[in-house]
Amino acid sequence: MRKRLRGVGVLMIGLFCLIENALAETTKGKIQSPTDAWNHTWTEVLWDLWIIGGVFAVVAVYLLIKYRAKSPDAVGTAVPLNLDKMLAWALVPLALFMADDFLLAAKGWTLWNIQRTVPENAMEVKVTGNQWFFEYEYENGVESEELVVPVGKPVVLRMTSNDVIHSFGLSDYRLKEDIIPGRITYMWFYPDKPHKSHVLCVEFCGTNHSQMYSEVRAIPQAEFDTWLAKQAE
Amino acid sequence: MTTATEIADHQSGFSLREWIFTTDHKKVGVLYLIGAMAAFVVAGLMAVGIRLEQMSPGESGLINYFVLDFAGAMSTGDAYNVALYFHGAAMILAFLIPGLTGFAANYLVPLMIGAPDVAFPRVNALSLWLFWGGIVLALLTFVIPDKPDIMWTGYPPYSITTTSNTALYVFTVHLIGFSSILGAVNFLTTIIYMRAPGMGWNQMNMFVWTTFAAFMIQIVFVPVLAAAVTLLLLDKYIGTGFFDAARGGDPLLYQNLFWFYSHPAVYVIFLPAVGLLFDIIATQAKNMVFNYKTAVYGGVIGILAITGEVWVHHLYIAGMPDWIRIGMMISTLLISLPVGLVLISLWGTLYKGAITYNLSMWYAVVCLFLILVGGLTGIPLAITSMTVHLSETSFVHAHFHFIMGLMATFALFAAVYHWFPKITGRSADSGMAKAAFWFKVIGTQVTFWPLFIIGVRGMPRRYWDYQMFPEFEPYHQVATFGAALIGIGVILMIVGWIYSAIRGPRVGSNPWGSRSLEWTHTDSPPGHGNFSKPIEIDEKWMPYNYR
Repeated sequence: MRKRLRGVGVLMIGLFCLIENALAETTKGKIQSPTDAWNHTWTEVLWDLWIIGGVFAVVAVYLLIKYRAKSPDAVGTAVPLNLDKMLAWALVPLALFMADDFLLAAKGWTLWNIQRTVPENAMEVKVTGNQWFFEYEYENGVESEELVVPVGKPVVLRMTSNDVIHSFGLSDYRLKEDIIPGRITYMWFYPDKPHKSHVLCVEFCGTNHSQMYSEVRAIPQAEFDTWLAKQAE
Repeated sequence: MTTATEIADHQSGFSLREWIFTTDHKKVGVLYLIGAMAAFVVAGLMAVGIRLEQMSPGESGLINYFVLDFAGAMSTGDAYNVALYFHGAAMILAFLIPGLTGFAANYLVPLMIGAPDVAFPRVNALSLWLFWGGIVLALLTFVIPDKPDIMWTGYPPYSITTTSNTALYVFTVHLIGFSSILGAVNFLTTIIYMRAPGMGWNQMNMFVWTTFAAFMIQIVFVPVLAAAVTLLLLDKYIGTGFFDAARGGDPLLYQNLFWFYSHPAVYVIFLPAVGLLFDIIATQAKNMVFNYKTAVYGGVIGILAITGEVWVHHLYIAGMPDWIRIGMMISTLLISLPVGLVLISLWGTLYKGAITYNLSMWYAVVCLFLILVGGLTGIPLAITSMTVHLSETSFVHAHFHFIMGLMATFALFAAVYHWFPKITGRSADSGMAKAAFWFKVIGTQVTFWPLFIIGVRGMPRRYWDYQMFPEFEPYHQVATFGAALIGIGVILMIVGWIYSAIRGPRVGSNPWGSRSLEWTHTDSPPGHGNFSKPIEIDEKWMPYNYR
């Protein structure tokens, strides 16, 4: 019994070391864009899901085929577990699941820190949500109905709503955050290449919720400067 | 001989009065099932309407017919929102919860613990009719001009500023919530005090344990939901301003209160569904539940312990403080511990079993895989920073449909097939029922897998129009085709049930050779008072002793 528990202990320590390693690896990397970081973490999480799911599914199929009743009055032959086995079948899985949880939590937290830490040189744009359109206001007071940003500069959005709760969903940049009346929420993204996409309202806001969206255009800095100057006229 | 029994059946007679004024837990259970299935059919029709509307971007003009707006008085967006509101609210509050904790708990718990009825039979009847009142109120949605369009979540400020009828939503929640609280009082008392002499806690069926846990959740958390929606009512009609930021209120207060109940409500559905699976699988595999005590005290009680500490994962992008979004990420991920123990016991129950495959077992087998998909896709959604993209997409929509719409629903249908001989004395296993099964299994997969894929690529949920994403149209078309298959399956299943209840082949009182009390000690259907002879439970007895 004691030996087994020691075994479980060693296993847990081993797993925690693994997590340490994984953590160190993710923090060492030079990922800056929350978008790339999301895509990177998503691939890792998917692997985790396929492995766990695969193991459970294969075992289920095996058990379902192997233990078909051989005759109509056959009965199962499992015997009650003794205390050792009972504890082992509780503690070992708990240790494994917990290790995986902490691994995922560490990865998630790392990504979260990237998503929530706004770079100092970020360009600020104010966003206001209305039923059913977005409005943007640039630092120089220019107002726009589409979000135009220069490539290569982080953009931070300070967001609020004039009526009900909306949400600012930048799906191509893997980001979203709610827009709430009476509060200012924020998010930042990094347009690292020219790209045209959409921002969608993704919090239910009434009749035309599914038609509340605007264009997001990331364009070269020079083009952006011209655009901004033209808007200011 | 057959004719003689059939005539006797007719003479025993059906009395409407008897059914309406019944306090018999078995009749109450059947009436719960009828109400729940009525809600399921109407809410299912809404789902068909939703899928038809989403088949292509732009208006189809069809959704208005589904919400009985034949004159076209409403815009497509409004009609779609009403359909979506009804689908969500009815499936959760009027189908899943009453189906599992109303029908299944009522019919099975007293029989499984060897009790003649529930502790408070009249209160039980009151619960039932409050639930029916809730259904009738919910159905009024289609008759009134200002149909509620606030989703089953009813978030303010929208639910306050909308011109639609928020009060109807609030009162429906009140009625069904009050029904749940009374049910909880009744069943907790019944399980604690009315077990057959000698039956210890560790000798109860898994379904009894999971029902116990589900009602513990209901009694603690339903009042919070009632408070939340009552404040909504006051805000909208009296102008109190609890959720109005401009007057010192907070829109997020509602979301916190709502999910403080509504996340645990997921376990009010998940737990009894898994309990049913345990009992069906143990019976059909003629095997003991693997590691029973761990499944109960680690799994079921573990879920009960953690269920109230994870609700902020529904508010990951709602502007909550950063620290709690991380704190509840960790608590949410830790749900995998008790759920993992439950799954290992479920899988282990097959080990060294002697599995007979009949229809209820096939449903249960499918549920094992549905739990895997539904549970595992919950993992990225538990991680705050992953949810920052996945939240409010059809990935979420597919995830919770796998758990609630597919797994819990299939578990309930499995239970109907498994206990059908107990309820009617007849078997529901027919060619039609088998066809229904395959239509639903294939249909559900065809419907929901495309939604996972486009969800990750950014398709938002609750959208009737998606002109910005024309590339998703084929996926929506496949999903709509799947929904049609499910629809056919559901019709076949219900017709099959009605046919089998009248004409199905008669089977003995214990066709599965179960060792559980409801099969070994009662007739099919059980008479008034359930057990003709007093029951003594011996120390070594277990409902899963087959060896």
